[in-house]
Amino acid sequence: MSSLTYETVATFAQQGGTVFFGLIFAAGVGYALWPRHKQAFQRLAQLPLEDDEAPHV
Amino acid sequence: MTQAAARSDDAPFDAIALYTFTGLAALAALLATAFTKDPSFRFHGYVMLVGFLVAFLTMTVGLGSGRFRSDQSRYADGVVRAGVIATMFWAIAGLGAGVAAAAQLSWPNLFYFPDAPWLNFGRLRPLHTSAVIFAFGGNALIATSFYVVQRTCRARLAGGAWPWFVFWGYQLFIVLAATGYLAGITQSREYAEPEWYVDLWLTIVWVAYLLVFLGTIWKRKEPHIYVANWFYLAFIVTIAILHIVNNAAIPVGLLEAKSYSAAAGVQDALIQWWYGHNAVGFFLTAGFLAMMYYFVPKRVERPVYSYRLSIVHFWSLIFIYIWAGPHHLHYTALPQWAQTLGMTFSIMLWMPSWGGMINGLMTLSGAWDKLRTDPVVRMMVVAIAFYGMATFEGPLMSIRAVNALSHYTDWTIGHVHSGALGWNGFITFGAIYCLVPWLWKKERLYSNQLVEWHFWIATTGILLYIAAMWVSGIMEGLMWREYTPQGYLANAFVETVAAKHIENVIRTIGGLLFLMGAVIMSYNLWRTIRMPSTASAELPLVSSPTPLLTAAE
Repeated sequence: MSSLTYETVATFAQQGGTVFFGLIFAAGVGYALWPRHKQAFQRLAQLPLEDDEAPHV
Repeated sequence: MTQAAARSDDAPFDAIALYTFTGLAALAALLATAFTKDPSFRFHGYVMLVGFLVAFLTMTVGLGSGRFRSDQSRYADGVVRAGVIATMFWAIAGLGAGVAAAAQLSWPNLFYFPDAPWLNFGRLRPLHTSAVIFAFGGNALIATSFYVVQRTCRARLAGGAWPWFVFWGYQLFIVLAATGYLAGITQSREYAEPEWYVDLWLTIVWVAYLLVFLGTIWKRKEPHIYVANWFYLAFIVTIAILHIVNNAAIPVGLLEAKSYSAAAGVQDALIQWWYGHNAVGFFLTAGFLAMMYYFVPKRVERPVYSYRLSIVHFWSLIFIYIWAGPHHLHYTALPQWAQTLGMTFSIMLWMPSWGGMINGLMTLSGAWDKLRTDPVVRMMVVAIAFYGMATFEGPLMSIRAVNALSHYTDWTIGHVHSGALGWNGFITFGAIYCLVPWLWKKERLYSNQLVEWHFWIATTGILLYIAAMWVSGIMEGLMWREYTPQGYLANAFVETVAAKHIENVIRTIGGLLFLMGAVIMSYNLWRTIRMPSTASAELPLVSSPTPLLTAAE
């Protein structure tokens, strides 16, 4: 446990955090730009307009 | 046998669990009130005891009546209706407290009451900020999120009676916070003034809120999770984390109101502003953007301009906002690299903020004429415009050199109010003008003309407010840094206070106009609710005739 110094914790948090958050963000943007999702997005953009009094069960 | 079966059906498990919880809470409040030696704690013990006992007795009477059954074929709209009424009630209270505080700054000799310490500016000011942010804004967020998540998931709210616990538990939190401020019970953390036991209560309510929201998403009939729900969920989850970390404190005693923060010094300050700025980012921005992404398309009957952009908007906003807090601590003991980090991320926020603004405004493509014909649409569009302006001004003010002039001045107050009145206020008013006819099954609002009056009076009020604060802020900033040729400060602090008297008066008038708008709105909504209904509010949704289906297609 002697390796658990401020420097090692800070390095892990800073570099690991940058890579970790960078990857999640890239995944989010990748999902948004993925061509195959285009049709689903077109329908989702209309979702609030669908009659909310329609049967939902 | 049949009677017993009917009885168990009348009192479902969730209601019995809530009933038991309320009873235990009442018992805990009774014991705490009986054994405490701290008068502040005892005062709040009585408030809690009354709240829990009223809830317990109401449930005792109501449990056998079947009122706690939840019909899964209908949306749970009663709690949303209650939320809308609470939103308007707290709007008047919070804005009224703001006008009172502004009047105290304008005419300190007239509105200073030495015999009534609870009306001191130092106690009214946190009452105002918490009432408008957490009571008005919070109720609006809870009510609209409950409405939107049901419609976009096509599922009734999860948890049976527990959404009502979220609503009433949140009102109890507000009453405890507000009475605490006036009585001088505060831990003096900005936007987080309530003491440790009120924080614990809010944590319980908030976890229930998260579970109700997640449970509704879990049982959705719609395969996708609509983008507004992503924003609401980010708001609920992040506020939970911020609240717990920022309020980590050690009470003086288990039956004492006073507590001390777990962190100290500059670390404590950074935690405070990490919380404070993300209260802006996730409470006042992410949650209200969720309103924008549902109510704007719904009202103008146009699809979201770019659903793809809305996803990029969401991820970039939440990834960047969380780092912006240190810009509140420029030129303090905080290391300069951390100040620069906060400033850099604040400037990066221009991109998601304006991307979101463009997405909201462009949703009107093909329906721009509604700006002229529908004052509710105009209100929401002006809200989005104020969102754009406030999120342009904010990063500018986060730059260290600009902050050297703007910090601690009225410029900050003006900036906050262009966001709070213009963006949060107007998008909420727009959403509620939409919601009331939908929830109470009315064909339209009582009067569009009154909405016009509200719009123009409130807009004038905002403009007076922010223009006055720009002038007084920059003036006092310049006066504070003015030196004489001998190197002494040219102005005493009191001279800078006296110099902005007229701007303070203009600000009070601006706030009063905004309050008047909310009063007009409340009258309009009350008359709308009293109009004859177009259809029964209790009409089951499953028996909808086929024409509705074809309309949806």
